[in-house]
Amino acid sequence: MKLVVCVSHVPDTAARIKVGSDGKTIDPAGVTYIINPYDEYAVEEALKTKEKLGTGEVVAVTLGSENSKETIRKALAMGVDSAVLLRDENHRDSFGVAKALAEEIKAQGSQLVFMGKQSVDYDNSIVGQLTAELLDYNCVPVCVKLEISGEKILAEREIEGGREIIETSLPAIITCQKGLNEPRYASLKGIMAAKKKIIEEKTAAAYTPTSEVISMHLPAGKQPGRIVGSDAFAVPELVRLLREEAKVI
Amino acid sequence: MANKILVVLEQREGLLKRSGFEAASTAVKLAKDLNTSAEAVVVGDLISNLYDISKYGIRKVIHIKKTELTNYSSSGYTEAISNLAKEGDYDILILSNTAFGKDLAPRLSIRINAGCVVDCVKLNLSSSEIIFTRPIYAGKALVDVKLLSNKKVITIRPNVFKAQVVENPAAPEIVVKELSEVNLKSKVTAFKKSAGKLDVAEADIIVSGGRGMKGPENFHLIEELAEALGAAVGASRAVVDAGWRPHNEQVGQTGKTVSPTLYVACGISGAIQHLAGMSSSKYIVAVNKDKDAPIFSVADYGITGDLFEIIPALTNEIKKVKQS
Repeated sequence: MKLVVCVSHVPDTAARIKVGSDGKTIDPAGVTYIINPYDEYAVEEALKTKEKLGTGEVVAVTLGSENSKETIRKALAMGVDSAVLLRDENHRDSFGVAKALAEEIKAQGSQLVFMGKQSVDYDNSIVGQLTAELLDYNCVPVCVKLEISGEKILAEREIEGGREIIETSLPAIITCQKGLNEPRYASLKGIMAAKKKIIEEKTAAAYTPTSEVISMHLPAGKQPGRIVGSDAFAVPELVRLLREEAKVI
Repeated sequence: MANKILVVLEQREGLLKRSGFEAASTAVKLAKDLNTSAEAVVVGDLISNLYDISKYGIRKVIHIKKTELTNYSSSGYTEAISNLAKEGDYDILILSNTAFGKDLAPRLSIRINAGCVVDCVKLNLSSSEIIFTRPIYAGKALVDVKLLSNKKVITIRPNVFKAQVVENPAAPEIVVKELSEVNLKSKVTAFKKSAGKLDVAEADIIVSGGRGMKGPENFHLIEELAEALGAAVGASRAVVDAGWRPHNEQVGQTGKTVSPTLYVACGISGAIQHLAGMSSSKYIVAVNKDKDAPIFSVADYGITGDLFEIIPALTNEIKKVKQS
């Protein structure tokens, strides 16, 4: 079975975000890019699934530009067999991403696809469902437990206050959440091997944008508040402020 | 009538969820501005509080009734609601950005050929065009977005838009739609409630602990304070990664983004990814021994000192004022 894992190249969560000169995207100066943290769970799950099946191939698919190769190498170093870079130098909305991924998944003939539950840049968390709809696949978003036997899928997904137990079947897209597994570290051997693995490059499938970013701005800064005290004697005053000033308790 | 709006309500165990009322109020207001009407749909079996929706100004509810759809089914719900949206000629669909809304909204948008914008915190009408504001990078920045399609599917962030009770609500017209067939390619067979009493994503008050708690054995202090406040327990990434707390409690960029009324940060220094996830809380209290910790830059009230003395004192004081 061919397993596809979609990975994206995003600013590090420790990055400070500044608005770029176009007023619509971030200023990339000084920003470190990393593999999207949730995609690491997707890579791990794909590798685990292949190991369990004892056969098959894991292909990483990334939409992006030359810089994204760094993230692809990271996935290859973890153990992914090969990779495809769908090239587009421009930012795409979620529909554009889904369109490109769906076309590639179709070309790969993959029945089981993994990706992170959301990328930590645009935080849309809808690409998995959109891609699944375009392909008429099932989709388990925000997956924290997965069992596959034959065509059958038994999964758990995180929702407010607990977990939903979901029964579905292949073909399917699983979007992965922290807790699903413990992503492996790339071994030195893996890192060396990754350098030799092939990254196939293609032009990402064309699409018609459905949305447009008009402007990007930073949230209004918060004024630092008041230090009420430096020990437990300050507690009654804190509680008084919460009751009388903030009126929250 | 053009631009008719449909609110997609969420029910669990036959009860409409409160977040749907926020979506209803938002839809009613938008309908007024666009000079159209807002209606609602709910899928499920018996809904015990269905009439409550009229309090928020919705006059017509379509109840898609099917025993097999008592629990959520992404395939079944998508099919039923998208068919209704097409037949009923709705141009705008509004959902709350809960796990349910986030799953359903993109699927519906593909089915009805609409653009989709999720997790909106503001809707602005400018010369009949709707401008949506939504946070990105977990709230480190915001974007204003417009949808280029005529049809639109929107999700709104819970706890941001008000559920506004209208004066003299009229009894709603309830249209029951029976389905002959359902698509159950994917279905929820059970729900496992998590051990914690309250989920950070839904809580009005959150008490979070960080590395300053020094070990998982000290988190009973956080739990006791949370209990006194009726709050959910949250955690920083550091303590989740260390295995002290479960990941569903994690607040921050790779955890949950929250905006409760009150957020109490105990022993959390305030890494940028944590601040991104909670700094839109209405009031923030920080307890930390390091007076230079970045958490104090977003806190409304702070105590610099030993949290092992301060937290129990705070728990006691809150119990005391709540009893009086």
